Amino acid sequence: MYRLTGVTKRYTRGKETVEALRGVDLTIEDGDQLVIQGPTGGGKSTLLQMIGGLDRPTEGSVELDGVDLAKISEAKLTRLRAEKIGIIFQSFNLIPTLTAQENVETALVPLGVKPAERRERAAEALRSVGLGERLTHAPAELSGGQQQRVAIARALVKKPKVLLADEPTGNLDESMRDEIMALLEGLWHEYGLTFVMVTHDSSIARRAPRLATIRAGQITLTEQQPQQEPLAQY
Amino acid sequence: MFGIYLKRELGRRKKAALVIALGLALGIALVITVNSVSAGMTQAQDKVLKSLYGLGTDMTVTKARSAPTSGSSGRPNFQFDAGSNDSDATQSSDRVMTQGGQALAAGVVTKVAAQKGVSGAVGALTLNVTKVDGSFTQGKAQSQSGGSSSQGQGGPGGQSGGSTAAPQVQGGGADFDVNSYSVAGVDVTDQTLGPLAGSKITTGKTFTATQTDAKVAVVSKAYAKENSLKVGKTLKISGTKYTIIGIATPDSSESTTDVYLPLKQAQTLADAKNQVTTIYVKATDSQQIDSVKTAIQKNIAGTTVTTSADLAETVSGSLSTASDLATSVGKWLSVAVLVAAFLVAALLTSSAVSRRVREFGTLKALGWPSRRVTRQVVGESIVNGLLGGALGIGLGLAAAYTVTAISPKLTAQLGSTGGGGMGGGPGGGGPGQQSAQNTMEIALSAPVSMTTIALAVGLAVTGGLIAGAMGGWRASRMRPADALRSVS
Repeated sequence: MYRLTGVTKRYTRGKETVEALRGVDLTIEDGDQLVIQGPTGGGKSTLLQMIGGLDRPTEGSVELDGVDLAKISEAKLTRLRAEKIGIIFQSFNLIPTLTAQENVETALVPLGVKPAERRERAAEALRSVGLGERLTHAPAELSGGQQQRVAIARALVKKPKVLLADEPTGNLDESMRDEIMALLEGLWHEYGLTFVMVTHDSSIARRAPRLATIRAGQITLTEQQPQQEPLAQY
Repeated sequence: MFGIYLKRELGRRKKAALVIALGLALGIALVITVNSVSAGMTQAQDKVLKSLYGLGTDMTVTKARSAPTSGSSGRPNFQFDAGSNDSDATQSSDRVMTQGGQALAAGVVTKVAAQKGVSGAVGALTLNVTKVDGSFTQGKAQSQSGGSSSQGQGGPGGQSGGSTAAPQVQGGGADFDVNSYSVAGVDVTDQTLGPLAGSKITTGKTFTATQTDAKVAVVSKAYAKENSLKVGKTLKISGTKYTIIGIATPDSSESTTDVYLPLKQAQTLADAKNQVTTIYVKATDSQQIDSVKTAIQKNIAGTTVTTSADLAETVSGSLSTASDLATSVGKWLSVAVLVAAFLVAALLTSSAVSRRVREFGTLKALGWPSRRVTRQVVGESIVNGLLGGALGIGLGLAAAYTVTAISPKLTAQLGSTGGGGMGGGPGGGGPGQQSAQNTMEIALSAPVSMTTIALAVGLAVTGGLIAGAMGGWRASRMRPADALRSVS
C-alpha cells in the first residue's frame, strides 16, 4: 500500500524555484488502479516519479508498505525499484542495440538472475504479451505497438508489486492504444498489481475506478464508476 | 548481459569508437616508435662504447700521462747507420711505446678488484709499435775538378768538405717504410673483460689461461688481411717472433687493436714489467657504478675512473643529435599526442554518455545500480582503448620495422675530453689520448622490446580508463528520473 503524506517537490531552474507538487496526500491500496490526469506541467510525471522512487520529495513522505522512499538509502531505493516496481514509458525506452528478449532481460539483471533463467523468463514474458515470435528482433524491427508490448513484458517479467505507466499509449494510434490498454487491464487483473497510470486520454481515464487530477501541483481525487466499453482483445 | 550489451553498443557506434581508437592508436604508435628508436640509439651508443671498452666493462681506470721531462720528448727515436752506396742491406727498427696514459703498477689491479662493488678487474697494456725498415745509403761526393771522389756523410743534397771546388754529392738516400700498429697486452687468465672481450675469434683460437708468457699472438682480421697473416704464421715485433694462434673479428668496426699478446709479453716488449695502462672493471651491480667509481677514485689516488656514462658524453655527431632529439622532442611529442588522445577519448566518451541519458536513466529506473551502469561505460571505453592499443601496436611495429629496414646511418664522433682521462680502449689509448676525433658510422635499428609492448598495452588501458572514468562519472550522476524527464 502506498501512503503519500504532504509531498512537496520543488525544482530550481536558474534563479527560479518551481513547485511541481504542493502538499500532496494520497493513499493507494494494493491492487488498486489509479489514473492521473492533468494539464501539461501540472505535476503528473513528478508524482509518478515520487511513487516510483525515481526521485525524492523536497518535503513529505512516500511510503510503500511502510518504507519511506524519501528516507532510505540510494542503494535500497534502487533495490526496491528492481524488485517491486515495473515502469512503462511513453517512448518505450528500449535499448536500441538489444533484441526484444535481451531488453526484457535487462529488468532481471539487477536481481542477479542467472543468464539461462533470465532468457527463459524473458521469452515467457514476451509470449504472454503476444510476441513469442519476435524474441530476436531489434526494437527498430518492431512496430510501435510491439515495442510497447516489449516494454510491458520488461516491466512485468520480474513480477512486480506495482506497475507504473507514463502515457503508455501516448505514441500509439487509436487501434494500437486499445490493444495496449486491453493488455494492461488484463495483466492488472491477472497479476493483481497496483496500477498507476498517467494519461491525457480521457477515454482511458474514464475506465479507471479512481481518478487523480493534478493542477498546479495540487491533487483532486475522484472515485468513479469505471466505464466498461469494449476494448480489443489482446 | 555485460558482454552482449558492450558488443552491440560498440557495433552501433563504430565511427565514434574508431575515432577514439585511432586517436589512442596514434599516440601509442608514437610512443612505440620513439621508444624503439631510442632503444636503437642506446644500442648504437653501446656499440660505440663497447668498441672502446670491450664487452662487459662498466668502467676503466687509468692514470693521466705526466708531461714529458726535459730529457725526453716522448716521441719515438730511431737510429740508423748509413750504408755504402752500393749496399742493398735493409735496416729495420721497431719502436715500442705505451699508450693510454701513465703506466699503473700491476698491484693496482688487485687493489681495484678489492674495492666494494667490484665484480672483476683486469689490467691491460696498450702499446703502439712503429716499425721503420728500409735502406739508408751514403751519398758519393764528387769533385767537379779532379774527378776524385770521396764519400761523405749526408743524404742527397748534403755536402762533404772539398778542397778546391765544392764537390757535389751524388747518389745515396733513404727508402723507408713506416708501419705503425697497435698492440694490446691481454690478461689471458680472464678474457671476459679487457681488450679482447669486444671481439670474436673467427679463426683459430684465443689464448689459454696457461699462456701467460707464451710467444703467441692473436691478430685482428683487418690487420691479418692487410699483412697477409694467417694462423700458424709468425709475427715479428721488436725482434721477437710470435706465433699467430687466432684471428679476431671485433664486434664493432671501431676497434683499432691490431695485435693481441699475453700481458707479460707486451710488458717485456715495452720494458714495462708489472705495469698496465688500463684497468677494465666490472661492477657487481650496474646500479652501483657511480658509487664504485667514487670508491676507486677515493681509495686509489691519482687514478681516473671513466664510466660508460662519462664516455657517452663524449659521443657527438648525428647519433648524439638524433639521440637527443629522441629523448627530448620525441618524448615530449609522444606525451603531447597521448594527452591529446586521452582528452579526445574522454570528451567523446562523455559526449556519447550525454546522448544516452534516456538509455542509462531507463536502466537506473529498472533498478540497475550506478556502479553497474558505470561499469558498462568503462567497459566500452576500455575495449575502445584496447582496440586503439592494438592498432597503435600495429602502427608502431610497422614504423619500427620501417626504421630498421631503412637502417639510416648515423655517425658517432668519439671526442677527446683532454688530459687523457678516458680509459685506454682497444686500439690504443682511447679517446682521451687522441687529439683527433674517431668517427664511426652506425646503422640505426629500432628494436621493440616486450617492455615497450607492455607499456603500449598499459597506455591503451589507461586511455580507456581515463575516458571511461569521465563517461562513467557522468553516467553515475544521472538520475533515474531523467529517463522520464527526457521524454516528458
